Amino acid sequence: MAKPEPSSTNGPRSFRKHWTLRIKSQRDFWSGVLFIVLGTGFAWGALDYSFGAAAMPGPGYFPFGLGLILAFLGLTILLKSLAAEVNAGDPIGGIAWRPLLTIVSSLAIFGVSLSCLGLFLALPLLAFLSAMASEEFRWREAVVNACLLTLGSWAIFVWGLGLLIPLKPWFLGP
Amino acid sequence: MDLLANLGLGFGVAFSAQNLLYAFLGVVLGTLIGVLPGLGPVATVAMLLPSVYVLDATPALILLAGIYYGAQYGGSTTAILINVPGEASSVVTAMDGYQMARKGRAGVALATAALSSFFAGCVGTIVVAAFAPVLTELAFRFGPAEYFSLMVLGLIGAVVLASGSLLKAIAMVVLGLLLGQVTTDVITGVQRYSLGIAELYDGISFVAIAMGMFGFGEIIVNLGRTVEQREVFTRNVKGLWPSRRDFKDMIPAALRGTMLGSLLGILPGGGTLLSSFTAYSLEKKARSRQDEVPFGQGNIRGVAGPEAANNAAAQTSFIPMLTLGIPPNAVMALMVGAMIIMGIQPGPQVMTANPQLFWGLIASMWVGNLMLVILNLPLIGIWIKLLTVPYRFLFPAIVVFCSVGLYTLNYNTFDIFSGGIFTIAGYVFHKLSCEPAPLLLGFILGPMMEENLRRALLLSRGDWSVFITSPMSALLLVIAMSMILFVMIPSISRKRQEAFVDD
Repeated sequence: MAKPEPSSTNGPRSFRKHWTLRIKSQRDFWSGVLFIVLGTGFAWGALDYSFGAAAMPGPGYFPFGLGLILAFLGLTILLKSLAAEVNAGDPIGGIAWRPLLTIVSSLAIFGVSLSCLGLFLALPLLAFLSAMASEEFRWREAVVNACLLTLGSWAIFVWGLGLLIPLKPWFLGP
Repeated sequence: MDLLANLGLGFGVAFSAQNLLYAFLGVVLGTLIGVLPGLGPVATVAMLLPSVYVLDATPALILLAGIYYGAQYGGSTTAILINVPGEASSVVTAMDGYQMARKGRAGVALATAALSSFFAGCVGTIVVAAFAPVLTELAFRFGPAEYFSLMVLGLIGAVVLASGSLLKAIAMVVLGLLLGQVTTDVITGVQRYSLGIAELYDGISFVAIAMGMFGFGEIIVNLGRTVEQREVFTRNVKGLWPSRRDFKDMIPAALRGTMLGSLLGILPGGGTLLSSFTAYSLEKKARSRQDEVPFGQGNIRGVAGPEAANNAAAQTSFIPMLTLGIPPNAVMALMVGAMIIMGIQPGPQVMTANPQLFWGLIASMWVGNLMLVILNLPLIGIWIKLLTVPYRFLFPAIVVFCSVGLYTLNYNTFDIFSGGIFTIAGYVFHKLSCEPAPLLLGFILGPMMEENLRRALLLSRGDWSVFITSPMSALLLVIAMSMILFVMIPSISRKRQEAFVDD
């Protein structure tokens, strides 16, 4: 994402002379950007739907208004992040890449594998892969844990609650 | 004597074998997740939602409610024994409770927490039973305009009383309302924001949002933190029964905490965290004996007051949910969602249309509180053992249960993927210090709010002034506005930040 120029035409002119373009709160600045993008996105999308009249509001009425409100709130947050000093720039800080990527990708793999591999293969895979998100990951423990969790889930969801989950991989029949 | 007759009906429902079992299951699970740091009631309720859909509405809600107030009990155990709040609202309990444990009074601290909570729970149940019908009566007179304004007030109140930046919280509410717009329009049948994906015609699943942001999201946040060494007081727990002097200190504190908690719990967004913080500062100001242990060094009142307050608030926060259909916090939002899926329209009509559910749920809270005292005092040893379970075993279990739950929502892998997307979104919001709870509230209320807004405008022939000309609606909006203005006063906003600084 490109950094927006804070000195654009509708910049905060009312600020005192010594206002600087330094971002005083990183977190607020990027929250503001995010809300502006999402708000205008929703409002833009609402243009596809009929507005109706005020007396007979259509499907686009409510989301368009909300989108504008969100974008406006985002703009306020963004301007505030340039004005008010917060402790040490309020940096976003390090991102926990390992847990984030491991958990999300093991979820995605589970989503793909459940329908073709079935619960008895896809679930231990999920338990094992997600265990790798921790720095304290140990092979043997994770395998044992995965087996126990699969057994437990089968007992609770399939045997106990009678939910219909595919159990076996496609090549072993239904 | 309507109240007695109603409670009689309620206890009849609550004491059926099936409902006793589910109340028990709920409080056990609640205590369990309260004890385990890193797993909160929001994630747990979200995790269980798909499974409880196989139950009838009454046992399902009894179970979910049990988890919610059970977690308040369990959270204090962790706070006292290892100085880690198992639950956000037990942050305050950790201050004096942990110090008591370090002085060898862990047993007394645990007993104080459990007994104060029990007392508060009993009073809270009575408050719910007494006030819910009154509010229901009032709510029946509301038209769409009044309802819309009430929801505005509910959402504003929820963010004003919560911690963190007010502007960002309001933005999160609006974003939640917008995400609630991803659905087929009820009036015209137009599919909005579906991006051509058939699964989105019925809207985003609120379980996927809750699990992504609270279940998976919290795991990532927890794993991203460095592992700290914990000191567990497992051997010191004996001498549970407080002395006579302890009782003398603790009873007035528990009374004050209960009163405060019952009041704050009813407010939108009030809930447990605010109550325990306020009760603690009240106890600090209250007059005390000369030779008392100072606060922060193991004062028994610092445990009794906040514990009573958060449990009373946990009970009374059911009032807005049950009578108005307006959830005051994220757990209640999930319960409203559960009711909708089970075919019960939340709102004032629940009490008349489903009296079994309404009064059964209230009575079950008292029953559940009694079970909790038994679970937490004599059986404390079992819970302490659980504290030693390492997180690396725990979080894959959460991932597994959440994922299976997501699949069984609609027997569709789409919900698993949307859970993944909201995990990423949840982490982004965490990094930007935007709280996810207001988003969930907005998401749940969004469709109801839009419907009422459009109906109100339809009735008034497009005249927006209807929201001001109706006295009730105008009053609600004025209260909402003044709440915002009030917290924007510089001195108050500074205090508000200080109050949550320990969060």
